[in-house]
Amino acid sequence: MSVEAREARQPWILLSPALTAVALLLFVPLIFIVIYSFWLRTATGGDEVGFFLDNWQEALSDAFYRDILLNTLKIAAITTFVCAVMGYPAAYFIARAKGNKVILLLLLMLPFWISYIIRTMSWINILGVSGALNSVLIWLGVIGEPIQMLYNETTVILGLVHFLLPFMVLNVFVSLDGIDTNLEDAANSLGATRWQAFLQVTLPLSLPGLAAGGLLCFVLGAGTYITPLVLGGPRDAMFANLVFEAIITQLNWPLGSALSLMLLAVLGALVLIYNRYLGMAQLMKGLG
Amino acid sequence: MTKKMDNTTRYERLRERYMNGDLDRRSFLGLIGAAGLAYGVTTPFARYANAQTVSQVRFDGWGGVVSEAFREHAFDPYTAKTGIEVVDGTFGGGDEYLSRVKASQEGEYNIAHLSGVFDYARYHNLGLSAELNEDNIPNLEFVIPKLVDVFRKVSDGKLSCVPYDYGTTGIAYNRKHISDEEAKEKGAMLLIDEAYKGKIAGWSDWRTRLWYAALQTGQDPNNIEDIEAAWDAVRTHRDLSLKYWGSGAELMSLLAEEEVYVTEGWSGRIYALQEQGHDMGYIDPPNGMGWQECLFVIKGSPMEACEELLNFMLAPETSIAVAEGQNYPPALDPQKVDLGDKIPSLPAFDPTGTLEGLTFADPEYWNGNEQEWSKTFGRVQKGY
Repeated sequence: MSVEAREARQPWILLSPALTAVALLLFVPLIFIVIYSFWLRTATGGDEVGFFLDNWQEALSDAFYRDILLNTLKIAAITTFVCAVMGYPAAYFIARAKGNKVILLLLLMLPFWISYIIRTMSWINILGVSGALNSVLIWLGVIGEPIQMLYNETTVILGLVHFLLPFMVLNVFVSLDGIDTNLEDAANSLGATRWQAFLQVTLPLSLPGLAAGGLLCFVLGAGTYITPLVLGGPRDAMFANLVFEAIITQLNWPLGSALSLMLLAVLGALVLIYNRYLGMAQLMKGLG
Repeated sequence: MTKKMDNTTRYERLRERYMNGDLDRRSFLGLIGAAGLAYGVTTPFARYANAQTVSQVRFDGWGGVVSEAFREHAFDPYTAKTGIEVVDGTFGGGDEYLSRVKASQEGEYNIAHLSGVFDYARYHNLGLSAELNEDNIPNLEFVIPKLVDVFRKVSDGKLSCVPYDYGTTGIAYNRKHISDEEAKEKGAMLLIDEAYKGKIAGWSDWRTRLWYAALQTGQDPNNIEDIEAAWDAVRTHRDLSLKYWGSGAELMSLLAEEEVYVTEGWSGRIYALQEQGHDMGYIDPPNGMGWQECLFVIKGSPMEACEELLNFMLAPETSIAVAEGQNYPPALDPQKVDLGDKIPSLPAFDPTGTLEGLTFADPEYWNGNEQEWSKTFGRVQKGY
């Protein structure tokens, strides 16, 4: 075998364990889900094997699914926006910090050491009728009776922001950290104020990081079902909750498969658009 | 005569040959890989081969105080007696668990603490039932006959479970805010009382929602004639509710933290709250929801070990201890077994052993409508 041929094969040999894992753990289950989506649920909860378009017809034509999908995208968009507004200053502070950035980054990663569900449930102890916030407000005499703060769309968004904010901060930080600070100094020396230098130099250069963080927050936010389950009221459901209900409560795996593929298609389209205009490289940097 | 070699010895010999230089690295790794592949392929079948030497049985139940009672009074003593370990898992509801069992390999799940005859019928209709050898469960004779008969009807006279306890899903309320007189007077209507808007909760289970909607619209829960009126009652409850709860722990937390003042609740969990010192009231309105739970053996389980565990759990001393721990009356017939002092004080307890005072869900009726109603509830819940 020639040297060129061997060199051409080497990356594939090194990649083969990862590719095998992706094939077995992602593509094979995905194929099963695609196949399932064309089956039907029987009256007893079993599956009727065949090729039926009923689930797809229902998922695509029923206004109920469309409305919940739009509401899910709305909640994910608001969450992403709040994460960007809150995350950018934090990332900027870390990137420009003169001290040890590692400690600040470590603090940022700390929440990941606690289970996502526990973190979500912690809001019940903070915002509940007998929670910390109400207790403090009553103690200070600001309110006489506890305020009902939990179990609505706002608390769902709050829970999602709590979960997703570190993803945004990390991505923006990676982007800001790569910008040469001499560029801001150069802008200042040419007469720009610090604010102008930030707006016209730093911010545009950090946009790929902001977009990568936004994409991550949006995709993860739109796919969640735990947060609305724990912090939402009776009506606060997101699309992933429909998938959960179809598969778990109604034992309708075929419809649940069609719905999950529908969500995957919408979020996949967003990723493709992002990749078309910004490329995945920035996202990889942020995740790395 | 050749001595049978186990896998560890095989590996050690192979490693020794490799370390001694008798085997090149490529061959060594190749043989390890082949052994791993062979093990992976045969493991699902090895499960059946090992069925006669059972070392553990898996049991799934409702978690919380119920699981604690099972662990302390049944599983640990059973393991001490037989050497068979009981691995216990939990679930939030029968639907969720059925989905898990459906996705599992045969034999992975063994015994489940199922609620209601309708659940038993669903498992049976999906081909998940096993046939118990009742000769191995002599303690079945202490069980209330009516509880056994309803299961036999579903599975052609045979049993895939033993009845274990019963209870009700009644109305639980905080006495600081709602008096006993008011609760009795309003009954099921208390759950759709405008005066408590934002302080009402309910279980996110479609059967319970429709059952109470039937009561609120003056209908027989086992024969709802005006289903649209019932759905409207579900909507009214939804709009007045703060939260649908999904587990016993969440139910107890919502009441204990005073997030809500009234909800329907499981009799044993409310009794547990009362025992903890919370001033909770509990009533079963006329035609309130009664249910019986069973220990269901899933197809593919090691039958003899499961039957031995069921018999152990039905022994009066075990069954009474578990009942006192989980606060649900046992399925034991009070006419045959002395149930002690605490059990007669538990909510839903029937001293006659006939259970005539409780209304149970008709499995045929509810399972016949399950597909349509569970789906409709999913929509009503979200504002439709």
